Amino acid sequence: MTHQSPLERLLRGLALVLVVCFFIFPILWIVLMSFQTNETILRSPPSVVFRPTVSNYAAIISGHLDSNVASMGIEFMRNLMNSVILSAGSVALSLVLGVPAAYAFARHKFRGSEDIAFTLLSFRFAPPLLVLLPLTLYFQQIGLADTYLGLIWVYQLICLPLILWIVRGYFEDISPDIEHAYRIAGHSWFSTFCRISLPLAGPGIAAAALLAFIFAWNNFVFALVLASADKQPVTVGALAFVTASGIQYGQIAAAVVLSILPVLALALYAQRYLVEGLSLGAVKG
Amino acid sequence: MSYLEIASVNKIYGGKVHAVKALDLAIGQGEIVALLGSSGCGKTSTLRMIAGFEEVSSGRISLGGQEVHRLPPGRRGVAMAFEGYSLYPPLTLRENIAFALKGEKLAASEVAARVEEVAHLVEITAILDRYPSSVSGGQQQRASLARALIRRAALHLLDEPMGQLEPQLRALLRGRIKHFIRERGLTAILVTHDQTEANALADRIAVMENGELQQFDTPAALKERPANLFTGTFIGEPPMNVFDAEPQDSGGRLAFRLGEGASLDYDAGAFPGALRERLAAGRGITLGVRPHAVRIAEGGLTAQVAANQWLGDQTHISAGFAGGTIVSVRHDRADLRQGDRIPIAIAPADLHIFDRATGRAISHGGQLA
Ligand SMILES: Nc1ncnc2c1ncn2[C@@H]1O[C@H](COP(=O)(O)OP(=O)(O)OP(=O)(O)O)[C@@H](O)[C@H]1O
Ligand SMILES: [Mg+2]
Repeated sequence: MTHQSPLERLLRGLALVLVVCFFIFPILWIVLMSFQTNETILRSPPSVVFRPTVSNYAAIISGHLDSNVASMGIEFMRNLMNSVILSAGSVALSLVLGVPAAYAFARHKFRGSEDIAFTLLSFRFAPPLLVLLPLTLYFQQIGLADTYLGLIWVYQLICLPLILWIVRGYFEDISPDIEHAYRIAGHSWFSTFCRISLPLAGPGIAAAALLAFIFAWNNFVFALVLASADKQPVTVGALAFVTASGIQYGQIAAAVVLSILPVLALALYAQRYLVEGLSLGAVKG
Repeated sequence: MSYLEIASVNKIYGGKVHAVKALDLAIGQGEIVALLGSSGCGKTSTLRMIAGFEEVSSGRISLGGQEVHRLPPGRRGVAMAFEGYSLYPPLTLRENIAFALKGEKLAASEVAARVEEVAHLVEITAILDRYPSSVSGGQQQRASLARALIRRAALHLLDEPMGQLEPQLRALLRGRIKHFIRERGLTAILVTHDQTEANALADRIAVMENGELQQFDTPAALKERPANLFTGTFIGEPPMNVFDAEPQDSGGRLAFRLGEGASLDYDAGAFPGALRERLAAGRGITLGVRPHAVRIAEGGLTAQVAANQWLGDQTHISAGFAGGTIVSVRHDRADLRQGDRIPIAIAPADLHIFDRATGRAISHGGQLA
């Protein structure tokens, strides 16, 4: 650490506070909104002084939206559950498929390996709707439309390339001789992969999985086209809040808070793991 | 059949780089062999093929009577110290070294004792509980060496195991390691750039250049009877002096005409008839003479001193001679200045004669090669 004058430290602190406020503000505002009624939200001028209420959360969790005009039921908690199933399921499948593939691409240069790896990445370039329309027809024919399995399969378009390319980079950073040193002591290729390569690439795999999870969680269009009401994730489910009878800002805010909570929790948990992995002096040949 | 036999092994990387060319090497059990050669000549590639990390492009390798070149590394019974150390970062040095014994199912106390033994051997006892990222390069290198020596493998491959160490420590470890290997009857191949190390440790030295084996012989034979011009100039410090020459046999005298009118004139009786016939065939030759055999004596050919360096235990005198430079080594101080003229004498017994076109040795000290 270099030495800093007090003034320098003060300015640096100030700058950090400003940056944090800038990025945190929308989230903070939404959290505040979620504890207010529609009236207090819409009053003018806006104020941060209000009597907090949990009625929005109660409505979302119980599934009954009571507006001043009408009462309707939504299935937000079910959507949340779907999001968890779809995102976790597709990341898990992507890890099972992608990590060994990434290792193969990193360690074994075979004829066409670069082309295959690039083709997998190019899935990310295709406009989703272009892929989706024909896919819908096929899925209906083979009975995969509107199933978790079918959706998780399609979600591989998002997760697999991401995991493959990030994790591949981490494997490439590990000196092959570290693996060789273990292999030569009488161990098989597979046990070397499990005992040496996987732990060393651990932080990278965690980062890639987290990123893939966030991408899957935020996906909208695949689920919109391929899933019916009872398989829809939160991103699609949120459409239900826009109704003819007006927009319930407080309830939307509560829903937003609930839907970012799992991702936030995961990110915080993974961050601890990432830091731990790196401070072990992880990938240093 | 030898213990380790490498038979016409080739290594071609990606269809382009021919790193090892038709290598033949036979090594006996309990032998210590050094691989010597300039950087990029294929030493590491050779070790990696023996260990099984690179496939042989063609050829066979057998170890202890069993063909091993198709076996996975783990089944060859070979231990290796890597050029880049390659310690496993999440483990301490102690755990790294013990890790090498994982496959052998030994009692924990036995493992601990053996770790202590090799750690003591390479002087890293005090830092055994540190992590690789927090010790120096030379310490990592010694840990990596310990990790290879702790195993009772059929063959130990040591790729520049002491390259990072200072000369004193190197000399100390050299002696200990030789004793350790001998005591246990291990067989080892060692890559090194240090000729002193190769001479001190190895029973035989394999000299490689450009992927080709130049000569495989004892240290003394390499020095006295180099098989070709490359080995002649590569082995020995300072390197052998070489001059292109035209032999001229006039009955009683044999003269070697060098550049700028200089000529080495000898009594023909000092050279056997077969050699004189060979020289009379008229092919161009190159003369080689070791610096310590270049004497400054009355009646010799004139050379002009270019530099005179006292290295503390010997003097290197380089002088302009016959259109080139000749280096002479002596063990006392010489009172010579730049520009001084000195007489140079070379005894026929100190002449190495090489074929200029092929570089192959024709004779050493008057004896046909
Ligand atoms: N994986 C590889 N792919 C392509 N070429 C390679 C590969 N490994 C080595 N080479 C080439 O093969 C030749 C021999 O390399 P090698 O590592 O065996 O040299 P070395 O004798 O060990 O050199 P040094 O003394 O510098 O360690 C070099 O020209 C090198 O560039
Ligand atoms: Mg090398």
